[in-house]
Amino acid sequence: MRRSARDTDDAARKVTRRALFLGGCQAAVVAVLAARLRYMQVEQADQFRLLAEENRVSIRLVPPARGQIFDRNGVLIAGNEQNYRVTITREDAGDVEAVLHRLAEGIPLTEDDIERTLREVKRRSPFVPIIVAERLTWEQLSWVSVNAPSLPGVQPEVGLSRVYPLDQDFAHAVGYVGPVSESDLAQLESPDPVLQIPKFQIGKVGVERRMEDALRGAAGSRRIEVNAAGRVMRELDRREGDEGADVVLTLDVALQNYARIRLGGESASAVVMDVQSGDIVALVSVPSFDPNLFVRGISNTDFRALMDDADFRPLSNKAVSGAYPPGSTFKMVTALAALEAGVITPETTVRCPGHYDAGGRRFHCWKRGGHGAVNLNSSLAESCDVYYYDIAQRVGIDAIAAMSERLGLGVRHDLPMSAIAEGLNPNRHWKREKRGQEWRIGDTINASIGQGYVLASPIQLAVMSARLATGLAVEPRLVKAVDGVDVPVSAAAPLGLKPQNLRAVQQGMFAVTNTRSGTAYSSRSDDKATLIAGKTGTSQVRNITAAERARGVLRNDQLPWNRRDHALYVAYAPSDAPRYAVSVVVEHGGGGSGVAAPIARDILLFALHGGIPPETAYPAAQRNRIETQHRTMPLRDPGQLAGTSRTRA
Amino acid sequence: MSYLEYSVKRVPAGFRKLLHINWALAVLLAAIASVGFLMLYSVADGDIDRWAEPQMERFGLGLVVMLAIGLVPIWFWRNMAGVAYGVSLLLLIAVELFGDVGMGAQRWLDLGFMRLQPSELMKVAMVMMLAAYYDWLDVKRTSRPFWVLVPVFLILLPTALVLRQPDLGTSLMLVGSGVAVMLVAGVHWAYFASVLAMGAGGVATVLLSRGTEWQVLLDYQYRRIDTFLDPGSDPLGAGYHISQAKIALGSGGWAGKGFMQGTQSRLNFLPEKHTDFIFNTLTEEFGFIGGISLLTLYSLVIVFCIITALRTKDRFAALVTLGIAATFFLYFGVNMAMVMGLAPVVGSPLPLVSYGGSAMLVLMIGFGLVQSAHVHRPR
Repeated sequence: MRRSARDTDDAARKVTRRALFLGGCQAAVVAVLAARLRYMQVEQADQFRLLAEENRVSIRLVPPARGQIFDRNGVLIAGNEQNYRVTITREDAGDVEAVLHRLAEGIPLTEDDIERTLREVKRRSPFVPIIVAERLTWEQLSWVSVNAPSLPGVQPEVGLSRVYPLDQDFAHAVGYVGPVSESDLAQLESPDPVLQIPKFQIGKVGVERRMEDALRGAAGSRRIEVNAAGRVMRELDRREGDEGADVVLTLDVALQNYARIRLGGESASAVVMDVQSGDIVALVSVPSFDPNLFVRGISNTDFRALMDDADFRPLSNKAVSGAYPPGSTFKMVTALAALEAGVITPETTVRCPGHYDAGGRRFHCWKRGGHGAVNLNSSLAESCDVYYYDIAQRVGIDAIAAMSERLGLGVRHDLPMSAIAEGLNPNRHWKREKRGQEWRIGDTINASIGQGYVLASPIQLAVMSARLATGLAVEPRLVKAVDGVDVPVSAAAPLGLKPQNLRAVQQGMFAVTNTRSGTAYSSRSDDKATLIAGKTGTSQVRNITAAERARGVLRNDQLPWNRRDHALYVAYAPSDAPRYAVSVVVEHGGGGSGVAAPIARDILLFALHGGIPPETAYPAAQRNRIETQHRTMPLRDPGQLAGTSRTRA
Repeated sequence: MSYLEYSVKRVPAGFRKLLHINWALAVLLAAIASVGFLMLYSVADGDIDRWAEPQMERFGLGLVVMLAIGLVPIWFWRNMAGVAYGVSLLLLIAVELFGDVGMGAQRWLDLGFMRLQPSELMKVAMVMMLAAYYDWLDVKRTSRPFWVLVPVFLILLPTALVLRQPDLGTSLMLVGSGVAVMLVAGVHWAYFASVLAMGAGGVATVLLSRGTEWQVLLDYQYRRIDTFLDPGSDPLGAGYHISQAKIALGSGGWAGKGFMQGTQSRLNFLPEKHTDFIFNTLTEEFGFIGGISLLTLYSLVIVFCIITALRTKDRFAALVTLGIAATFFLYFGVNMAMVMGLAPVVGSPLPLVSYGGSAMLVLMIGFGLVQSAHVHRPR
């Protein structure tokens, strides 16, 4: 087919026109592309640069080293230990399972551990290091390092974790740390970002919790470059955080250990206080537990065991959280209230026939036959109840409650501890407010011997005996120094008690332990330099009905454990120049004189002698028994409790 | 029988043809490909073996293919147009039947020694077929309805097969380059106007059919449209890629972050950084200057092609050259618009720069035709 030249030329011209048109369209599109490129790269560049930077840089917190806790002599109570651990990274390991099995030749790894690690490794990105084992020994870590060539992807690491070298001794006084929980975060208004670090631990109870701000320190930070998958490519810069402040407590490790062992298998607590400074030198609650369990992550079984013991309540710090009827240890309060009010003198005598009738009811003395004529001194020494029924009637409940508060009962003392019980000083106003009932004569009579509504905690009882010993408003304190700065001891103000009244009560307490008829005579000290003044208490936890009384009151050992009386004892020593006050409460222990007083005496003598007291401090008849007792007590090796230099782990 | 066949005497012969090759175009293509080598070296973190070297080998092969095709007279290729179109069509059907499924689409045909993407081959084959058709067709009939329907059918047949794979990007490009050939061939404006109107109607249909039983596109294609319209709506899901790509491009600024210093591509925020989004690495590392330079190189290729088309008096040569130019233009236009957030992500490579064999080879075949038209132009 031959075409005409004209047709061909026409067609060619048309192609030219159309080609130029198409070229024009393309040029327009290119112009749009160029404009867009310019818009994004020149006008919006800063904005995109910022986004790129945000993509690239991630800020990670560096956890601060937690402050350490020492006893008054610089012995470590809570420290940080190097936690040697081993991690594995999938992409470096290759065959993870084979590597783990090789690893198991050098470090303790069970099949379960390997299984768990494999599961974890599969779940996470290949470049994320997974912790295989923690808390290895230095030898095990060295083994891993030496065998590194045959363990691809395995990395030894060092972290810090809390350790309580004295395990059970300070579980209650110092508390423990644990991982941050949801409820911890919810309680804080603006949580420190450091709390978001995985496995970061904060104080859960006790000093660890209440002093958290000082102990925690401030987190450092490091800016790192991450890729799209979150993998760390390199560290851009790093700012170290501030270590937490060290805290020195007033406690004494040796005394604390002795007191805990001495309390033995009871459900009990003891507090020892320096009567001048208010320093708490021992604060023990038994049974105790190992706080290290909580740091490592307590197993369910262990936790259940601690939680389910409803009778002995190992987790409860009974020394401050326990509120007990103080029983006869309250009698000094009633006596001082009456003396100060002028309604009696120390010489005032009351006849005790074994019971007391008031408000149409009969109140009994613990001694069925009665004490006969008693004055202040003998009423304290023999713990006559009727004497106090009588003088309480004369002075009235409001004066007693006021005196109780003056002596430190029913008051929440400011201590860095958890769950501090307030106790209770009942009076007319309180009963109307809280119970909606009028105060009755019987209430006063019960309160006069520390029964009825009266409640006090062991720490309050210790404060009371310190105040009785000195006549000063001694305040307890637990923290001696923070971050190397001593917490000043404020001179205690006088209580404003008449000296002759105070002296009369002190003499009564002296008589309790040092006269043959005293209820704690068998728990005396035989050393003139360490004579003890104290007061026993046996507080009922049940009502004794008239019918029961007629049948004859059951002895404690005939009752089920949780119906038995609490055994209490408060004391201070030396009686002529007091240094330490002590309170001991043995829950359902039976009698104060038989159970609580011997313990308190031993603890006091240990405190005064700064160690196991010499035999001569004890009455001659008891020396053999005491010697055996001390020989068999599983006390800590003194080397472990010696003052050590305060160096960081 | 074209004009050239009667002017053979004036056309160079033998090895003298090599002197008449458009070497400027060849250098231009080599420059563009070199930008690709540089970027492939960069995104592989300085590993030349990974992408850059295979790409160089392919480009070398492509150059040889281009020269070989360029030395063969253009009328031979006109006569081969039907064969090329037929073979490509058969291969597309073969892909439909035996193709490998990759990335959710059936696009590849494993020939044993290489993996072929017939839809790429079809781009050139269809341009050849249409150019040959208009060369054969009496010019006066160009705008007659029946003679317009024939090329429309020639376009839609392979397009339908590609759409079934499914590969929306390539189908649109096939339609685009086909329409471009029809346009330069001189089909009446009214057809384009009505197609444009129908196209608008079609878009409306596509969008409105969503969620109904006769939904035209697949769900993932709709999601791509959503992502395109509002990438911020799903910055960590479907919109993540385009958002990160735009950040890479924008953060390059005027002069870029420097060779191998692009944080977005270095740290893997940028997806498909060696294929579809390689332009973003380029602009991140070399900035606006780098981006506009590449765009200029591309535009020069188009200009060279148009000049070649205007200087030849052969209708087939002119139409094929312009068709190849349009295909090339669509390649880089769609890719750039996509990576700059001006078009939906349809998965189309940056021509000669992105890592990949089929597209490179097909484009070099196309430029071989352009060279042939250039060498065998009337003098």
